[in-house]
Amino acid sequence: MAAENLFKDEAIEEKGERARMASFIGAMAIADLVKTTLGPKGMDKILQSTGRGHSVTVTNDGATILKSLHIDNAAAKVLVDISKVQDDEVGDGTTSVVVLAGELLREAEKLVAAKIHPMTIISGYRMAAECARNALLQKVIDNKEDAEKFKSDLMKIAMTTLSSKILSQDKEHFAKLAVEAVMRLKGSTNLDSIQIIKKAGGSLKDSFLDEGFILDKKIGIGQPKRIENAKILVANTAMDTDKVKIYGARVRVDSMSKVAQIEGAEKEKMREKVQKIIGHGINCFINRQLIYNFPEELFADAGILAIEHADFEGIERLALVTGGEIASTFDNPETVKLGHCKLIEEIMIGEDKLIHFSGVEMGQACTIVLRGASFHVLDEAERSLHDALCVLSQTVIDSRVLFGGGWPEMVMTKEVDELARRTPGKKSHAIEAFSRALQAIPTIIADNAGLDSAELISQLRADHHKEGSRAGIDVITGSVGDMAELGISESFKVKQAILLSATEAAEMILRVDEIITCAPRKREDRM
Amino acid sequence: MALAFDEFGRPFIIIKEQEQKTRLRGLDAQKSNISAGKAVARILRTSLGPKGMDKMLQSPDGDVTITNDGATILEQMDVDNQIAKLMVELSRSQDYEIGDGTTGVVVMAGALLDQAEKLLERGIHPIRVAEGYEMASRIAVDHLECIANKFEFGAADIEPLVQTCMTTLSSKIVNRCKRSLAEIAVKAVLAVADLERKDVNLDLIKVEGKVGGKLEDTELIYGIIVEKDMSHPQMPKQIEDAKIAILTCPFEPPKPKTKHKVDIDTVEKFQTLRLQEQKYFDDMVQKCKDVGATLVICQWGFDDEANHLLMHRNLPAVRWVGGVELELIAIATGGRIVPRFQELTPEKLGKAGLVREKSFGTTKDRMIYIEHCANSRAVTIFIRGGNKMMIEETKRSIHDALCVARNLIHNNSIVYGGGSAEISCSIAVEAAADKYPGVEQYAIRAFADALDAIPMALAENSGLQPIETLSAVKAQQIKENNTCCGIDCNDVGTNDMREQDVFETLIGKKQQILLATQVVKMILKIDDVISPSNY
Repeated sequence: MAAENLFKDEAIEEKGERARMASFIGAMAIADLVKTTLGPKGMDKILQSTGRGHSVTVTNDGATILKSLHIDNAAAKVLVDISKVQDDEVGDGTTSVVVLAGELLREAEKLVAAKIHPMTIISGYRMAAECARNALLQKVIDNKEDAEKFKSDLMKIAMTTLSSKILSQDKEHFAKLAVEAVMRLKGSTNLDSIQIIKKAGGSLKDSFLDEGFILDKKIGIGQPKRIENAKILVANTAMDTDKVKIYGARVRVDSMSKVAQIEGAEKEKMREKVQKIIGHGINCFINRQLIYNFPEELFADAGILAIEHADFEGIERLALVTGGEIASTFDNPETVKLGHCKLIEEIMIGEDKLIHFSGVEMGQACTIVLRGASFHVLDEAERSLHDALCVLSQTVIDSRVLFGGGWPEMVMTKEVDELARRTPGKKSHAIEAFSRALQAIPTIIADNAGLDSAELISQLRADHHKEGSRAGIDVITGSVGDMAELGISESFKVKQAILLSATEAAEMILRVDEIITCAPRKREDRM
Repeated sequence: MALAFDEFGRPFIIIKEQEQKTRLRGLDAQKSNISAGKAVARILRTSLGPKGMDKMLQSPDGDVTITNDGATILEQMDVDNQIAKLMVELSRSQDYEIGDGTTGVVVMAGALLDQAEKLLERGIHPIRVAEGYEMASRIAVDHLECIANKFEFGAADIEPLVQTCMTTLSSKIVNRCKRSLAEIAVKAVLAVADLERKDVNLDLIKVEGKVGGKLEDTELIYGIIVEKDMSHPQMPKQIEDAKIAILTCPFEPPKPKTKHKVDIDTVEKFQTLRLQEQKYFDDMVQKCKDVGATLVICQWGFDDEANHLLMHRNLPAVRWVGGVELELIAIATGGRIVPRFQELTPEKLGKAGLVREKSFGTTKDRMIYIEHCANSRAVTIFIRGGNKMMIEETKRSIHDALCVARNLIHNNSIVYGGGSAEISCSIAVEAAADKYPGVEQYAIRAFADALDAIPMALAENSGLQPIETLSAVKAQQIKENNTCCGIDCNDVGTNDMREQDVFETLIGKKQQILLATQVVKMILKIDDVISPSNY
């Protein structure tokens, strides 16, 4: 007698081969989707949101593409997840990690078809991944001691990262921007202190790094537009109507005159507060919250520059750059730390007026102003720059560097192939498959650039059998080139993260032999 | 018959609206129940053992879980069938009681049901089967006690504990670094264990996960981690020798529970009220400062003004800390949770050697570490891993390992794993069967066969010939009189589980057998299933 329904009506259960097939296909579909964006000649994707306005994003960033997809396949979700984590953790290599995981699964599928048990494949993959990592570790270049060389390493990494993005035309310019910005951080990874302002208009080349700080706000009317040797008070306080915060308090009056009196008292209170603020001996006051007209007028009278509604990030960055503290009470002016800067002035970028703080005390923060033809370009430029900044800031911590252009993959392939030859048993098939999956990455880079990948890869492999080879794919000339001379470098940390999380994800998907999809939660039909 | 007749011969209805209900009775009902139970067991069967596979589960909201843990699989499976729900319940109770062996218990129950079906077909009454099972389970448990070994361990010698935890972890995806995870789990349990009373409060172990990094970076922290940051960005990020005030009152003007109104009708009142309010904040901060606190941890939010005052007086603070975490912090630092500012005294402050804020990756994630606490009885296991699902699975695996370690501290008897205990029990039950007169004998023999199902599944999942391997091992056990022979899942080359260091806890095994028998008895006793038919 057949079992009654074990699950709810719409639940789907897939077992054994079918389950494995479903997850392989899902994962490979995702990998194929982002495959064409890989490498310096990778193509972009247009994403249209289903939300209101159907806003459009044009991007080349793997994580951004995958984040916006609505996916139903469970295995595909695993890949999306690793790409997201890669983005959070190191910032770059979001496409590569998905492609590598996809290739690993593609190879695994062939092995499974050849009747090799997934567990054997997993143990082979694990050995291979460990071996590949060790191979990379042996070949890393660490220029931490030599500041000059280290800077050039950073420059190279930035250029390599940017070369696959929309900024590739001006990659030198942007690489310089990114490196300078990161160097200012002095080893911290807090990218918050690098502010990116996007202003449409001009061309990408017009983007610049400003040593000071730019706040996208307007100066109150009738207040000075230019202050030298500014003393700044950064505050987070209500400057509209300062409510009585005691619970249950309310105003109850019995005559009109009393209303006026209380209004007067309120005004008086505000005036007092403003006086206290002025009492700090400042000439610039920046508040996170709104400043109403009345206090604004008082500030204008005192010749103080008052800026309202600088949001949280603005306030925190300002406090960081000017060295002031964020104040909310103003009773002890002598102990509140004020921020300082040499010059505050209103500047124009394109059509917009911005407030520019220069000569700030703490040199850590800086602002990058991006210019570009359209919002889409700017958005993509910001993402690319963010990738570069992330990679650079991680490299500052872990200064180990590798060559790029498929060089690390070929190094790993060579070592993994050796391992396969030494390993007895069925595992060696899996190890070989791992090396094939690694080779797929330079192959895809070459294919995307419209080059003869088969030819190039075989040349590369031959070259790598010599000791100390530095050969990689030179996409520009379409041949094998010396990566050291071409100055193509990648961060070790990024490569390691790609290798480890791709293997981990592939392993996870391989271990699955059954997929149970619960019945989707019924939504109230609001139509 | 659902119809009965009264004394006048008129039918009256016992079960209402009969046509809308489906009803199964007698043997049909039992068979249908058994097949549902077996279906659940079949799903879990492939997850058993070190070479077991994982299941991918998609929840109604589309979230994906990949796991190998029986209890989690069943819980997320969202089963509809009543009997299947019983099996889910079974796995859950094993999880609550023991924490490990959740897959094994379901596979065991499935095998018992399978055997029961055959007996039912031969016309044996279900109650007799149930009774036979009951007897057999007693024999098996007694036998387990006989073959169990006790081993000694102490705070210095944790090796046996680590070995047992490793056996648990070896079936999970984290088996790549089972050694380090097992050590972490054992150290964590020992840190919070009360060896005198043989009691372990697992609540004191907090398991926190964060994506990124690799599994090898997972660490044990003798302290607490809170996923919060300092309330004011400019507060110091590191405090040494912190004295912590743990508060459950907000830094806001008080809100009395009774309804009240403060009427403002004159300018004077307005002004006094204002002063009052300022004084409130000042007092609050001052009180914390007065008792000598150097860090404030608060369950509620801060008013902007209070926040600045705190910052201004150089008193770092953390806000919106959850209740559970607050308790853990209080335990770890030896402080008291203070519900009112008035009650703050220097004795109630917690002490910690180091409090620091740490940021992760490229996003703005920050966490606060409270370390070197006065009382290191609360620890945190901080898991790193490649993706969210990995972290979740690691959390579950660590939980299993923690439970195993706890059980061992509770009762340090072990049996050998790899199916050896089941095989040994099966032999014992089989031998004992002949002594029982009556129909139960058949049921007892069937029980012995069912016990073989677990080693069989282990062998099958490891790619071995199940029947051949099992019979070989069984013969070896009898010939050498060695109860440690089990299935060699990892291809090590020996069947002796003592040499392979594969242990399981006695209490876990005992529970598995008892719980499985109980549920099977319950299922067998059902002879009528009435369910509302669909629509």
